Amino acid sequence: MTVSVRLAETLRPHAGGAAHVELDLDAGSSVVEVLDALDAALPAVGRRVRDESGAVRRHVNVFVGSDNVRDLDGLASVVPAGVEVSVIPAVSGG
Amino acid sequence: MSSRWRESLKVMRTRTWSPSPLFAPDEPPAGSPPDEPFMRPAGSIPDPAPAMEAGSGDVVVLVGTTKGLFALTAGPDRRGWVRSGPWFPGEEIAAATLDTRGGRNRLLAGAMSWHFGPSVYTSDDLGGTWHEPEPSTLRFPTDTGASVARVWQLVPAADEAPGVVYAGVEPAALFRSDDGGDSFSLVRELWDHPHREQWQPGGGGLCLHTIVPDPTGGPRMGIAVSAAGFYRTLDGTTWEAANKGILPPFLPPPEPEFGQCVHKVAQHPARPDTLFVQHHWGVYRSDDFGGTWTEVGEQGGLPSTFGFPIVVDPNDPDTAYVIPLKSDFFRCAAEGKLRVYRTTDGGGTWAPSGTGLPDDDAYLSVLRDGFDTDGLAPAGLYLGTRTGEVFGSPDGGETWSELTRHLPPVLCVKATVLA
Repeated sequence: MTVSVRLAETLRPHAGGAAHVELDLDAGSSVVEVLDALDAALPAVGRRVRDESGAVRRHVNVFVGSDNVRDLDGLASVVPAGVEVSVIPAVSGG
Repeated sequence: MSSRWRESLKVMRTRTWSPSPLFAPDEPPAGSPPDEPFMRPAGSIPDPAPAMEAGSGDVVVLVGTTKGLFALTAGPDRRGWVRSGPWFPGEEIAAATLDTRGGRNRLLAGAMSWHFGPSVYTSDDLGGTWHEPEPSTLRFPTDTGASVARVWQLVPAADEAPGVVYAGVEPAALFRSDDGGDSFSLVRELWDHPHREQWQPGGGGLCLHTIVPDPTGGPRMGIAVSAAGFYRTLDGTTWEAANKGILPPFLPPPEPEFGQCVHKVAQHPARPDTLFVQHHWGVYRSDDFGGTWTEVGEQGGLPSTFGFPIVVDPNDPDTAYVIPLKSDFFRCAAEGKLRVYRTTDGGGTWAPSGTGLPDDDAYLSVLRDGFDTDGLAPAGLYLGTRTGEVFGSPDGGETWSELTRHLPPVLCVKATVLA
């Protein structure tokens, strides 16, 4: 299946300006597989979403559809076919 | 239809992607959240600043702040300063340096986005364009289970070690680059030191904030971690705590082997065995590269031995400068006067240097990397405050003036003469 990952505006400079990244993945893939594919394709985006331990950065949120994966099964959350994944900075900063 | 949806990349699992965007449908796919989170007013993300305008022999003072990197430039007379930047607006710049070895002017910036984490950028055209290596190698190996939170220090090694750049990070670790900062690898020997598991973070986190390479290009070097103290290697491989004589008032006796809160270490390249330390309390000197330390601030006339930065005059190994703060519980300029204190006898006596710094109800403070010298004669001195002022002296501290103001809080100041 093709999973569309929508990038927040502040990530787009690291994706050649793209707002969407479309990833070719197996049906039933989880969020971690989506992020692995995103990291492989766009490492400058990938490392801004997760640190080198694989954890999603504290002030970044990943949504499956309209659900924050932190409210689902975390990175193990399954991405249903046709549902978009969004990467959005949290409200944060000083 | 929104133009925001027009640009999209299609990435296949071959791990290759085309720089030419493949356009996605104009409408968001089903299940997408409302688009408002992606909306920002036009111009809310500043365009990158252009390159600074400076040439060979000019002085560049890099000023890293909590909201981006700035630069002040002037000719060798060090007057008529021009400000450039910000680069990386919105990101913390705790480390910056200008590497002039080999006649190449390379800027390195350690940036930290509160959202997207840390990165090291380089620029070979004085800030006109910045490069971020792909993939990033300033990252911990997987087996460590650690992740870089912030880059605290970027230090080029000696001329005799071209291409070698060291990075100090949080959590406390040392990285080495052999290609001018394009790629880094973890210095395992220090990471595997048996003390490391017992290191305790200071107020700024468990950070490796000071790197003292061998100025002759040899294997000897030192580092400092808050709050673990000073560590040195004499052979480039074996690391040892080197804090004998540094008495931390925040730990019970007996004197600990490590756990000191060394705030900054300064060294003169012509006398590399001699080191000066500004400790959490106390100013210390060592004449055997950290083998033993002697307190030199208490009796020498300093109004307080608490402070963060310390620098050595590039023209005299016996001349050093500190900026006393009132105390660890009131980290503001001692006596309400921002003053740089200078010793010209290796720490035997200290006296306030020069005029021109705020000295009336001036509750300013300067962080550990907020003070530097440019290497010229007489020495140019530069300090940046947590309230966004940068002061400079073109004459070794005899006279001071405000070079710029209204910056974000200053984290680091690094002065260099352009090649």
